Amino acid sequence: MSLLRTDRDAAQRAITVVWVLLVLATGASWMLGVHETGTPGDVHPVNALLLVIAMTKVRFVGAYFMELRAAPLPLRLVFEIWTIGAAAALCAMYLLA
Amino acid sequence: MTTGRAVTLEQQDPPEHAVGQVPGEVGVWVFIFGDLVVFTYMFGVFLNYRSNEGEVFAASSQFLNQDLGALYTLVLLLSSLFVVRALHWMRSGRGDRASAFFLAALGCGAVFLALKAFEWHHEIGAGRTLNYDHFMTFYFLLTGLHALHLTMGMVLLAILAVVARRGDPGKSQWILLEGGACFWHMVDFLWMIIFPLLYLVP
Repeated sequence: MSLLRTDRDAAQRAITVVWVLLVLATGASWMLGVHETGTPGDVHPVNALLLVIAMTKVRFVGAYFMELRAAPLPLRLVFEIWTIGAAAALCAMYLLA
Repeated sequence: MTTGRAVTLEQQDPPEHAVGQVPGEVGVWVFIFGDLVVFTYMFGVFLNYRSNEGEVFAASSQFLNQDLGALYTLVLLLSSLFVVRALHWMRSGRGDRASAFFLAALGCGAVFLALKAFEWHHEIGAGRTLNYDHFMTFYFLLTGLHALHLTMGMVLLAILAVVARRGDPGKSQWILLEGGACFWHMVDFLWMIIFPLLYLVP
């Protein structure tokens, strides 16, 4: 059941695309964070967005870099549930503070 | 023709992570999820303190350099790509190239630690130590714990570089290679959460 060499090359190309998207997401987060204005300590929806972007990045690192997208379903599910649960919990704690 | 070539190469390939198999082994993931529970709890406690001391957290987070925070993220992202490439070359039977990529990732880790040491030195030099306020306590706690994991990951990467250089890995070496790679990716993505929490959100 091992991947063929050509499949592996395709997988590497997909990973390169994901990596570029992760770099772009990092740049977008940085710009959103740096240019954000407002009263310090107040709740800003854009900050919840930054947490969602972060957890989305984490999900893609897990799926592609850690190869979880080819892993057994239970392991995948635990990771997916953790990313969604942690994202929801952190956003809720931030927004409902 | 392409298929024939692929099959020929595949027959010569060493054992590798196959679809439907656990990357590394189950024990690696027990450790990783255990770590994730601890870090997630700490992120929650951080946000809880933030909700009570919003102005203190906002004021102290201004001392941190957001550009540096983003740079850390990029350095670790690059290291993760190197580790992915290392495993790819290992599976293609090129242990020499795999070893070089593991060492390149190790170099990224060293750059991260050097930048972190510079940042800590700057903060401590300015009188902002662990006891300055609760934000700085969390700053040193989270970045310190992350740096500890990063250092463990760097030791692992050094071992993986040696294993890759030797070539012809057995089953236990493959578990080490895949498990070590997953650990490093965890170090990478934990920073992806710490970065907005400490540097951007407060």
